Amino acid sequence: MSDTASIEKTDVNVDQSRKEAYFTASQGQLIWTRFKKQRAAMAGAAVLLILILSGMFASFLTPYDPTIEGRNPDYQNGAPTIPKFWDENGFSFRPFIYSFERTRSIKTNFRWVTEVNRDKRRYVVLFPEGDEYTLLGMTFRTHLFGVDEGKIHLFGTDGTGKDIFSRTFHAINTSLAVGTIGVFIAFVLALIIGGISGYRGGWVDSVLQMITDAVRTIPAIPLFMALAAFVPATWSSEARFFFISLILGFIGWPTLARRVRTHLLTERNQEYVLAAQLCGASASHVIRRHLLPSFTSYIIVDLIISFPYMVLSETALSFIGLGLKEPVNSLGVMLQNVTKADVLLNYQWNFIPVIFFITLVLAFVFVGDGLRDAADPYADTKK
Amino acid sequence: MSDILIRANNLSVHFPLRGLGFGERPVVRAVEGINIEIEKGSFFGLVGESGSGKTTLGRAMLKAAPISHGEVIYTDDEVNYELSTISGDELKDYRKRAQLIFQDPYAALSPRMTVRDIIAEPLEVMKLTSSREETDARVREIAAMCRLNLEHLRRFPHAFSGGQRQRISIARALVSGPKFIVADESVAALDVSIQADVLNLLNKIQRESGITFLFISHDLSVIAHTCDFVAVMYLGQIVEAAPTRKLFADTSHPYTKALLSAIPSLDPDVRGNAQKLEGEIPSPINPPPGCRFNTRCPHAQERCRSEIPEWRELSAGHHVACHFAEELS
Amino acid sequence: MTDSLISVKDLTLRFKTDEGLVTAVNDVSFEIAPGEVLGLVGESGSGKSVTAKALMMLNAENAVYDEDSQITLSVDGEDYDVLALRGARDQLIIRGGAISMIFQEPMASFAPAITIGEQMVEQLLIHSDMTRAEAKEISIEMLTRVGIPEPAQRFGQYAFEFSGGMRQRAMIAMALSTKPRLLIADEPTTALDVTIQAQVIELMKDLVEEFHMSILFITHDLGVIAQTADRVAVMYLGNVVETGTVRQVINSPAHPYTRGLLNSLPKLNDLEAELSPVPGDIPSPLDRPSGCVFHTRCTEAAEIAERCRTEIPLTTVGSDNHKVACHLASGEGKA
Repeated sequence: MSDTASIEKTDVNVDQSRKEAYFTASQGQLIWTRFKKQRAAMAGAAVLLILILSGMFASFLTPYDPTIEGRNPDYQNGAPTIPKFWDENGFSFRPFIYSFERTRSIKTNFRWVTEVNRDKRRYVVLFPEGDEYTLLGMTFRTHLFGVDEGKIHLFGTDGTGKDIFSRTFHAINTSLAVGTIGVFIAFVLALIIGGISGYRGGWVDSVLQMITDAVRTIPAIPLFMALAAFVPATWSSEARFFFISLILGFIGWPTLARRVRTHLLTERNQEYVLAAQLCGASASHVIRRHLLPSFTSYIIVDLIISFPYMVLSETALSFIGLGLKEPVNSLGVMLQNVTKADVLLNYQWNFIPVIFFITLVLAFVFVGDGLRDAADPYADTKK
Repeated sequence: MSDILIRANNLSVHFPLRGLGFGERPVVRAVEGINIEIEKGSFFGLVGESGSGKTTLGRAMLKAAPISHGEVIYTDDEVNYELSTISGDELKDYRKRAQLIFQDPYAALSPRMTVRDIIAEPLEVMKLTSSREETDARVREIAAMCRLNLEHLRRFPHAFSGGQRQRISIARALVSGPKFIVADESVAALDVSIQADVLNLLNKIQRESGITFLFISHDLSVIAHTCDFVAVMYLGQIVEAAPTRKLFADTSHPYTKALLSAIPSLDPDVRGNAQKLEGEIPSPINPPPGCRFNTRCPHAQERCRSEIPEWRELSAGHHVACHFAEELS
Repeated sequence: MTDSLISVKDLTLRFKTDEGLVTAVNDVSFEIAPGEVLGLVGESGSGKSVTAKALMMLNAENAVYDEDSQITLSVDGEDYDVLALRGARDQLIIRGGAISMIFQEPMASFAPAITIGEQMVEQLLIHSDMTRAEAKEISIEMLTRVGIPEPAQRFGQYAFEFSGGMRQRAMIAMALSTKPRLLIADEPTTALDVTIQAQVIELMKDLVEEFHMSILFITHDLGVIAQTADRVAVMYLGNVVETGTVRQVINSPAHPYTRGLLNSLPKLNDLEAELSPVPGDIPSPLDRPSGCVFHTRCTEAAEIAERCRTEIPLTTVGSDNHKVACHLASGEGKA
């Protein structure tokens, strides 16, 4: 009876170097290995990466300027124009859409009506020159795709004729930017307050915790309403943008601070910390070399999990009109359009941004969960 | 007298607990009125059960626990420190001379540092070396002494077993060239077959470098084999102290006797001889009055409940704290 | 032939993990007779806890039992195939019915927010038809029997109000209240002070006499085994390497590992003796050695090292029923 129970080992050398790799793997590498094994998390990470990149390069990817400049006055509240390869007039290698004409005649009771002309094709072109935009400080005119004449609207247009496709991707960028700034501010505050709280303990901790709890109980909506009343209408949309991010950060730090404090309180009592102190290590050395690395992984997880909340908060606030406003492109602002019954019933393509939004939040959540599960590679090394 | 490396005079360590707000705050009298002397180059064993205060005593001697009363005096060829009044700079210097080996090999090593960095840390923090080469050379030297080879230095703690980790801990304690090492239950978390390995290593280090060890354990048989002097603690006090052979040949204190007989013998034919000690170990917050052992001592008399026994010398090097030590031995 | 209470044959148990199938227990066989104390000795990774849990089907979901494995429980004339029992009702007999278990960490084994008395009563109510009042009476009786002072008062207290030794006694009381035939004690005294340990061991021996109960006593402490066990099985990395009466195993150990273990222990009757550890480290279960599991650390079998490395030794039974799995031992025709 042979011992078939142990793992199949084909080559001793291969195995030896695998083991050596495991022995010398740093914490970051171990976490990455565990993360890779989780399919949902990896899928989430891929989706997240795609969305972030498309947000960053939105100006290139989308055919038109998402502001009033790039609107199509001839095609307002227009349905999505999906490129086709084939219709009754024959097959074409190049995808095409139909052209639209605005006409007015006795037949339409002299109302302006958009009509589709199925005979006149507009072919999709790659890398056309279009509206100008700036990226990384340089101006370009090339977009990924466009149409030889007229405009193409993959997701349709809204009430003013702005291309929803272009707006959506720019909106992803805006929401992510607001989220990033908010998270960053919250993080810095949380690190300082939670850090001092956790490291010092005692009455310093008690006082800081009371402050943290007080801030946490501030209800967001009334606060925003009050602030919205104070914000001068003369502020530019960028200024408003930063202001909103700032506020989100100031409201968001208590949760993170609590987490930082908990991590510090646990790690502070670990024996290896005492060992360092017994060598006469200063507090800053202990914090830098032992405590910070010990919870870096947890903090990254906390940050990623905070992100969707920031994005959700911004969206919700903008949606009810307390956050960003037109003409800024954010998901919340775009969703403001869908509150009218008219839109709900007739122009359902205005909801397409919602799908992107849900995908973005879910991707963050999956990645955050996966990271959290992967973040403690040392959990099972006890005897 | 100049042979004594470290001594404690009437040392007490009290930890105040959170009181109820009124009345006196309860205090854990972890260590009370200890007098011991540890000779240079000796392997001194400190044995006791839970609540005995042995860990606290060991840490107080390293100034890692607060000294409430009394003094701890450390004297080597270069310096003389009194730990309860030591200054910040002196303390930094003391840290080079006195180190600690922990019990739990899994918690004592920072999981995010390589072995080389862990062992090198004391050198870097205490600025004992001036260049990276010097640090590396010293790390290699100490690692070799603890039977860790070069490949091991590049690895992280998660790659090692309990016994190996304990050797890394020992290497870290040795690297600053201390004269005094406290080994706090350093083999308790290890498998039996590995314990002997670590104990032999400690003995070898002691013979070769002359470092004084304070070896804390709850396991009297381990202490018996490795230490040349043993002190037995119960509820914060030392009840008996003597050179090892003498302690086992001439056991005087009833607690030491009970402790010895409670150790299960490896001989299956010697059964049922355990002198059963009734009752539980009292709490160190409210220790019994008089002799702290009186609640469980089979020979307790009225005097034991009221009068604290004196720490006296029965014979050369053999001290006991018991009113009736002579009658009982 | 077997009037053994529990009989384990060829138990092989593997766990499905991220790293693949890991063998925890390999071909383990032993028997426990009614009223007998069998000591199961081993260090970390030996598989002793996993074996014990298998008797009560307490292992995790990812445990895979080999087809040839068999555990038979014989109680009141009936034989139960333990590994085939499914469903809570059928498993009652092995979980608290005929078999009970006490653990190393009594604080972890009692629910912190329920009184000790309540937990004991719950145990009784599950396994019998008695009323609550009857259950309470029996529980208090058991608490007295294990030496807990003021049992009626203690009945209503919580686990944190007991000291370590008391908790272990309460745990024993709870385990014994259903009058099991077999008590599995998984390192019951390891976490206790030595003077308290002595008390608990005394108690367990008295109870064995009184209840005519068997104990599977799992520990790494050979001294405790010497004082309590009738027979001993020594485990290493999932295999049973030696089985015999306690005198056989301790006084004339047949397996190099047992010998090594005994030699590495500090003995009070010989303070001068050198401590000789078993060289090397216990291999990880992911890395099981080929052939004899102990060959990587064995110092005695230099001449037959090749055989030890490639061939798994079979268990040979001596004339005195002293079993050992070792090429060296069987090669010499050890009786």
